[in-house]
Amino acid sequence: MSAPFYKLGAFGDEASLIVAFLIGIGFGFFLERAGFGSARKLVSQFYLNDLAVFKVMFTAIVTAMLGVTYLSWAGVLDLSLVYLVPTYWIAQVVGGLLLGVGFVVGGYCPGTSVVSTATGKLDGLVFLLGFAAGTLGFALSFPLVKGLYAAGDIGTKTLPQVLGVPYGILVFGVVLMAVGGFMGATWVEKWMAAKAARAAE
Amino acid sequence: MASVTHDVVHEGAAEKARVAQPYMNPYLAGIGLGLVLLAAFVLVGRGLGASGAFNSTIAWLVSLVAPGYARSNEFLSAYLEEGTHPLKAWLVFEVVGAFVGALLSGLLAGRVGLGVEKGPRVSVGTRLALAFVGGGLMAVGAAFARGCTSGQALTGGALLNLGSWAFMMCVFGGAYAVAAFFRRQWR
Repeated sequence: MSAPFYKLGAFGDEASLIVAFLIGIGFGFFLERAGFGSARKLVSQFYLNDLAVFKVMFTAIVTAMLGVTYLSWAGVLDLSLVYLVPTYWIAQVVGGLLLGVGFVVGGYCPGTSVVSTATGKLDGLVFLLGFAAGTLGFALSFPLVKGLYAAGDIGTKTLPQVLGVPYGILVFGVVLMAVGGFMGATWVEKWMAAKAARAAE
Repeated sequence: MASVTHDVVHEGAAEKARVAQPYMNPYLAGIGLGLVLLAAFVLVGRGLGASGAFNSTIAWLVSLVAPGYARSNEFLSAYLEEGTHPLKAWLVFEVVGAFVGALLSGLLAGRVGLGVEKGPRVSVGTRLALAFVGGGLMAVGAAFARGCTSGQALTGGALLNLGSWAFMMCVFGGAYAVAAFFRRQWR
């Protein structure tokens, strides 16, 4: 095992911040390439006209998942050293629903609003300011929301553990699900385009 | 094929003269994004994120105004570890990088220019007000969820993290549930 390099001491804290900056450049670059600096492109996902959000997200998830799987099987990457956010399922279900509503209302998520701001979109910048205000509001009211924040604490849990399915089988299942989802998404896009064409006649 | 029409209110005269390039194929962009995420796992042992950078920055700003309060607030103090400047947090550097990377990609494709992204039937003022409110809602959601679309859905999704998958389903569920009410803003 030689990776994750930082956690195994190949480089220190200062260097890790340079790595963070470089990884960030790649992150922002591909988000912008995909069109995710545009709120209209992003929310088209929720009006079914353009399902690029789903396609890009799941292609990225599958790519990174297969990457860690093969690198871990090859003995290069110690997957147990990769940080997992602990599951607080109630807080995460509530947070997810709120985030979904915020996406349709605001047009971005935090990462894509940075991309939008970088390319000159004023609504992206205003979204960022709203996000900062919301974060401050959450922090100031933390004593009130702490109960919900800590709700559903079941520790660090992965899908293979909870479903009792071997890791490799689940990885294969996610790949199949994604490919099926991509075909379905393209079908929906064509159907919506045909519907729009009929309405325009 | 789905066509995306851009109704962007452009203010820069130079922008009008240039034609923006089409976006990258979503599968290619997804592979690119996935490889960046994989690089983060392999090099650093953690994934991508965005909301955490805002938490660090807000914690730092509050600590400048009211240091005692910031340390006593459980949510903020988690981002104010002893001996480390909160702006030296990993995610802050990553998000600054994301800004630079997006600007680079936008410049190369001729997509940088002042404007407001909105549907044709809504005023700029309404759109900006909704952007602010949406940002605020999302901040509360991301705080409860301990991450956003990057830190939870993308990163935890690839690691088959239970909470991340539950979160991701709820993001799509919440968005589809209210999309009809906000149609006027976008379509």
